Amino acid sequence: MHVALRLILLLALCSGVARAHAAVADWVRQLATGDNSAKAEAIDGLGASGETVALPILQALQDGALHATPDGTVLVIDERGNAADAMSGAAVLSVPEGTEKISINNRLRRQLGAALSGLKLFAQDVQLRLNAARALQENAGEELLPLLDKALAKEQEPAVKDALLIAQAKINLSSADAAKRLSAVRALANSSSGAVKTTLLAMAQRNADGSFAEPDAEVRHAAHMAARNIDTRIKRSELLGHAFSGVSLGSVLLLCALGLAITFGLMGIINMAHGEMLMIGAYATYAVQIVFQKYLAAHVDWYLLAAVPAGFLLAALVGMVLERSIIRHLYGRPLETLLCTWGISLILIQIVRQVFGAQNVEVANPSWMSGGIAMSSGLVLPYNRIVIIAFAAVVVLLVWLLMNRTRLGLYVRAVTQNRTMADCVGVATGKVDTLTFGLGCGIAGLGGVALSQIGNVGPELGQSYIVDSFMVVVLGGVGQLAGTIIAATGLGVVNKFLEPYAGAVLGKILVLAFIIIFIQRRPQGLFAMKGRSVEA
Amino acid sequence: MITQRLLTTRAWGVVIAVALLLIVLLPAANVFLPVDHSLHISTYAIALLGKIMCYMIVALAMDLIWGYTGILSLGHGLFFALGGYAMGMHLMRMIGREGQYQSDLPDFMVFLDWKEYPWYWSFTEHFWYAALLVVLVPGALAFVFGFFAFRSRIKGVYFSIITQALTFAAMLLFFRNDMGFGGNNGFTDFKRVLGYRIAEPATRATLFAITAMVLLGAFLLCRYLVTSKFGRVLTAIRDAESRVMFSGYNPLWYKLGVWTFSAVLCGIAGALYVPQVGIINPSEMSPANSIEIAIWTAVGGRGTLIGAIVGAGLVNGLKSWFTVAFPEYWLYALGALFIVVTLYLPNGIVGLVRKRARPAAATPAAAAAQGGNA
Repeated sequence: MHVALRLILLLALCSGVARAHAAVADWVRQLATGDNSAKAEAIDGLGASGETVALPILQALQDGALHATPDGTVLVIDERGNAADAMSGAAVLSVPEGTEKISINNRLRRQLGAALSGLKLFAQDVQLRLNAARALQENAGEELLPLLDKALAKEQEPAVKDALLIAQAKINLSSADAAKRLSAVRALANSSSGAVKTTLLAMAQRNADGSFAEPDAEVRHAAHMAARNIDTRIKRSELLGHAFSGVSLGSVLLLCALGLAITFGLMGIINMAHGEMLMIGAYATYAVQIVFQKYLAAHVDWYLLAAVPAGFLLAALVGMVLERSIIRHLYGRPLETLLCTWGISLILIQIVRQVFGAQNVEVANPSWMSGGIAMSSGLVLPYNRIVIIAFAAVVVLLVWLLMNRTRLGLYVRAVTQNRTMADCVGVATGKVDTLTFGLGCGIAGLGGVALSQIGNVGPELGQSYIVDSFMVVVLGGVGQLAGTIIAATGLGVVNKFLEPYAGAVLGKILVLAFIIIFIQRRPQGLFAMKGRSVEA
Repeated sequence: MITQRLLTTRAWGVVIAVALLLIVLLPAANVFLPVDHSLHISTYAIALLGKIMCYMIVALAMDLIWGYTGILSLGHGLFFALGGYAMGMHLMRMIGREGQYQSDLPDFMVFLDWKEYPWYWSFTEHFWYAALLVVLVPGALAFVFGFFAFRSRIKGVYFSIITQALTFAAMLLFFRNDMGFGGNNGFTDFKRVLGYRIAEPATRATLFAITAMVLLGAFLLCRYLVTSKFGRVLTAIRDAESRVMFSGYNPLWYKLGVWTFSAVLCGIAGALYVPQVGIINPSEMSPANSIEIAIWTAVGGRGTLIGAIVGAGLVNGLKSWFTVAFPEYWLYALGALFIVVTLYLPNGIVGLVRKRARPAAATPAAAAAQGGNA
């Protein structure tokens, strides 16, 4: 492009901006000098200008901070007495004699509110724009329509654009023109808001005198259909929300129960200290976070990656030591194992209490895990939940590979199925026991790392999950990893779908009651082991 | 003679002596001797001992079901709490208008803005109805639950785990304010029982003596049960259930019978516990409490009855001492107790004593058959 041409364009642009500024300055001057009706005109003018500079001025007017000097300059004077020029924002050191506050009455105040929310549509901040658009959805008059058109033309953010469209349609709904109302109803059918649905349904209602609130039959029909559309959309988004939180809870349960499915399901050890392995994993995460904060502050966001192996190894180590020193002597005495491991859990809890204190410790989500994916319908899928679902899937995959594709897995299965025979063909059963138990505890440690990201980390963390974990394993069927996966996900989803009807606590009680009854019907769980080991 | 079947002459002597001490001498020493007398028993000691005697009854119930029948229940805390709640309902009604809000309703109901008692509170103002509930509620729950569980032949750890789930679910349920059982706080601030003020030393001493009598009665009744043919079948079920079935017995009714009886015993213990301790809340139903009951029995020695009593006394005595002297080390001690007993003392303290006395007859089954707490 030719340089001169560019220069001319730039000049034109500048003059455009300058002209807009000049208009704002004119209105502001009118505010300072005019009577009430002139002020009203000025407020409307400023509101309709769509200029960002007008926003702080109107805001100041609302806050009673806008002052006029005798020579017609307008100043913003805040509570501490600092004065600044309203147009340029430059500080004014000495406020001239005779400066007076620009007063407004109630009628102006109302007008000011509408003008302000209109102006906020052009603010820099997306959230501010969205809030303004939502505010306009609730109460806006026809006079704001041109402003909305202007904002719609400029808007890039889809969420705000949607909100604006709804606001526009809601204004059009009260238009006298039936065709305008019809197109507005059609536009509203794309909304997912409950408030819009109520508005649409109200149109189909009869007034006290028997006439319909909406005189035009076609519009009425459209409104009815639109309301139904919205309803399905709301229901679908609710369903999606429940399903997501159900799967998310299921993945948490799965991470808690998967280790138990190995130690209890495959080895037959009733490890009541399993919950404490979760706790160890969570505290390992905490410790890694502290180390990162102290020595690797620059990479603190990635502490979680280091916490995963740390949690696994620490819990596995504790588990292997316990197996070697204590649990080994109790094989074949399940009830004694239960009591003994309970004793171990008490000691582990007390150790943690004395080392880290009885209070919950703070484990922060790394920044890349906070926030979430906002779905169109106001549903937010938090990143930390998504990460945990993915993490659970990866852990399950690894465990499956380990069990079915490695020599250790082969040994584990062999020892589970026939210990004596495995011993005879040269499997070091004792070593396999230790490793398997360590693996189960290590997976619990991974579960603890995940739990630390969504809940409180305290010494009693494990206690609250131990009953759930056992329920999952028993429901899924002992000795079956697949059963555990299905049971965990199923329980999570059922729990979350019950919650809206029964409340969180009652829902959990119902699920527990269901499992208790289910076990009576099918003592072997969902997936019964076939073969001789059943009776053992 | 039935007395001889129950205990040896020497054992009778010991039991009667201990019973006399607990039922007559200790309460009397608390009420009638002046405070500065060297033989005076403090009210604190009476309260503590009274509480421990309630635990002893629970331990007896546990020994019946675990020690003799081989079923480890992790839900006995629930039956204990249910008995306690049934008695607590009556005691709450007996507060009358002496509560903080001076209302006919208990404070927690006033707080929830309830206008009248829910239906399941009806008739609880009558002591005998409440006493009936103490027996019926745990008994009925145990019967229904046990019937389905035993009929499906749920055994061993599975049974333990679902009883734990049961008490856990009940705990969550009782934590809810809408249940009408006081939520978190449960029942407390009792004023009088059967017209007597609970805070009076004489009332406390009487409650203590009653608890001691119930303990004695429960012990003798359990002793009677385990020395009867019924008891023999229970032991046989513990040692070889399939063989019992093949011999023509249906284990269901034996198990169900002893399970229900055990639950009722726990309920009665709970009912005695509440007026003496002065509070009942859902934490009594927490899984940890129920597991602790098992360790009392294990410490003393399973399948001996007397071991359950000794174990409950010892562990709770230790607990009271530890939680005052070294509060932060109690869990270590308790945990170590769990580990040591399961690893090294399968027959508990009674087993240890017997091994010393008669090295030949150390197994609990053999000892129980000989009928002694020698």
